[in-house]
Amino acid sequence: MSAREEVLGRIRSALRDAPEAPQVPRDYRTTSARNEEELIEQLVERLEDYKATAHVLTLEQVPAHLAKLLAGQGRYAVPQGLNAAFFADLDTDDEDGARRIVDGVPSWLTAEQLDAVDAVVTGSAVAIAETGTIILNAGADQGRRIITLVPDRHICLIKSKDIVGILPEALPRLDAALPQTWISGPSATSDIELERVEGVHGPRTLDVVIVRP
Amino acid sequence: MSNTFLGMPSLPVFGTGNLFEREPFPEFAHRELQDGQLRANLGHATRTIRQKRLSVVAELPDWEALRSAGSAIKESVMARLPELLEEFEANFTARGGTIHWARDGNEANEIVSSLIKATGETEVVKVKSMATQEIGLNEFLDEQGISAFETDLAELIVQLDHDKPSHILVPAIHKNRTQVRDIFLREMEDVDPELSNKPAELAAAARGHLRRKFLSAKVAVSGANFALADTGTLAVVESEGNGRMCLTLPETLITVMGIEKLLPSWQDLEVFMQLLPRSSTGERMNPYTSLWTGVAENDGPQNVHLVLMDNGRSAALADLHGRSALHCIRCSACVNVCPVYERTGGHAYGSTYPGPIGAILSPLLTGITAEENNSLPYASSLCGACYDACPVKINIPEILVHLRGEDVDSKRGTAKIPTQIDIGMKAASWALSSGKNLGLVEKTLPLGRLVAGSDKKITQLPGIAAGWTQSRDLPAPPKKSFRQWWNKEHQPPQKDADNPKPGQGADS
Ligand code: SF4
Repeated sequence: MSAREEVLGRIRSALRDAPEAPQVPRDYRTTSARNEEELIEQLVERLEDYKATAHVLTLEQVPAHLAKLLAGQGRYAVPQGLNAAFFADLDTDDEDGARRIVDGVPSWLTAEQLDAVDAVVTGSAVAIAETGTIILNAGADQGRRIITLVPDRHICLIKSKDIVGILPEALPRLDAALPQTWISGPSATSDIELERVEGVHGPRTLDVVIVRP
Repeated sequence: MSNTFLGMPSLPVFGTGNLFEREPFPEFAHRELQDGQLRANLGHATRTIRQKRLSVVAELPDWEALRSAGSAIKESVMARLPELLEEFEANFTARGGTIHWARDGNEANEIVSSLIKATGETEVVKVKSMATQEIGLNEFLDEQGISAFETDLAELIVQLDHDKPSHILVPAIHKNRTQVRDIFLREMEDVDPELSNKPAELAAAARGHLRRKFLSAKVAVSGANFALADTGTLAVVESEGNGRMCLTLPETLITVMGIEKLLPSWQDLEVFMQLLPRSSTGERMNPYTSLWTGVAENDGPQNVHLVLMDNGRSAALADLHGRSALHCIRCSACVNVCPVYERTGGHAYGSTYPGPIGAILSPLLTGITAEENNSLPYASSLCGACYDACPVKINIPEILVHLRGEDVDSKRGTAKIPTQIDIGMKAASWALSSGKNLGLVEKTLPLGRLVAGSDKKITQLPGIAAGWTQSRDLPAPPKKSFRQWWNKEHQPPQKDADNPKPGQGADS
């Protein structure tokens, strides 16, 4: 008998009493009645609590602000699907385009290449205000998981309309078939005396740029 | 397929691996209690985490509703386990993942090792996983010439120190910052000799130490926190990014997971991803959670395996009063609130699973009659703090009492001559069966006072009762029993005895 058949057989005989699956009481909150301003305010507060830096901007302010954030830094990676207009101000100082490294067809970046850049700039799928969580879901402007992992700094853009209040509101917006990374602050550990310190293997610096229309 | 095996008789088949006490809990605990440093480290760490957990739990107005939902979801997983496993398998496989089934720890070890050998690699990076600790995978791989590098900071500390984990979530909780610094200085080749004991510097040293390993690793081994049946998705919840490194960079990913980790649907994450981070690290959300469904083209490992392991779980499921122990999501809240754990630490439990959950899960997976594990259900004062803290409402005290009963029953079945407990119980049942009998027993009280001597303490009881007096004194019995006192006080009845004035109740 295969292991599969045997394990399933054991489970079936363990359930010889045919227990009934109970109705699941879903009396917890599934919506949060908050307006966009309140959501932004809470998200900023929670991100700062995690020692991430939050910036709230309008769409027009993004190129100048990105140029400011990346001033003095070397090369940065971006996924192919991220709006190139965001980098207009950076490009003025970067005539041959050598600073911006694009990950996508036909050249996927390797871990070594990504280890040599100073930052990565991506979009995101959804953010949860209550927990200060940003979720990447392999969208074109979010890219492959590796690009937001290896560089030491992650600058993540989130549109204000993609901010929800609580976790149950976020899940229906996500595609489970595609890989996901849920990010709540820069990498951290509580492994020594249960004291949280930021900055272990993932990006040690996280900037979240909240973009209003 | 599903009906082929119905009715097939199969006895509970118990688990193997690091699930056993190394010696009876009281003996190990007795020794650990002498270690003042250990108690100070544990006291500090568990106090910190308890405080954090309480404050983030208090933030949620619907915490109890989430617990109830979590408990019901897990109960329905157990009731529907065969069909959910098949549903998960179909979805995970449809997306390019490969599933392997393992009856026990040995089989799981064999599967993982042959998958690694097929890649030609001799080194793997690992994400912290209880399942692989449970089956002793690292030791097994080592014998096969494969080095497994733990990448979680606490696991790394334990591995470098050639020690054993002592906590579900923070395996090095028994070490303080200075001890960690000393281990790093001793065991890390590339470390700065000026390393201080600041946690931030220690974390940075770990980053430096593992960076090359991550970037060059071809194979990773992980556990999983959840598996969602309706989408075929696996989830790993972590903090440091070592999990993301292992789950993203290598070509081959091998995950080992117990069959009980399933959740029916994607939607159920909305319950469990609120319950888990707040209960475990006391955070609103953990820094990183990775979710993957089979293979994603061009993104992450292209060779994705999952080993679905029984190793005693079906046996635990067969125990009607113990099966809810399988609802556990390994948050460690029960461990952190346990007064016994706080004093003895995790090593005393022997098994990979310490604390209250370990005291029920280990004997359920191995069978309570496995002699090595029959003292674990007694490693509790039954105070109930674990039940209150448990995000999926596992009634741990009730299961502890159930397992104690099983233990006593199993011994009664095998002993040829009546045990001291049997004789004691018989005597008690005779004494308590009538007032006259009890009166006779009470006449012997002065004898006890005699034994106690002038300090009015009995420091050593005879026979099995000696265990009780090993760590406490028994006060001398009173001169009179309560019944003797009552009879004296209440005879003959006073005139107004039936109508006490207000404030002069029976207890005044
Ligand atoms: S038994 Fe409950 S509290 Fe203890 S680790 Fe498991 S889920 Fe957490």
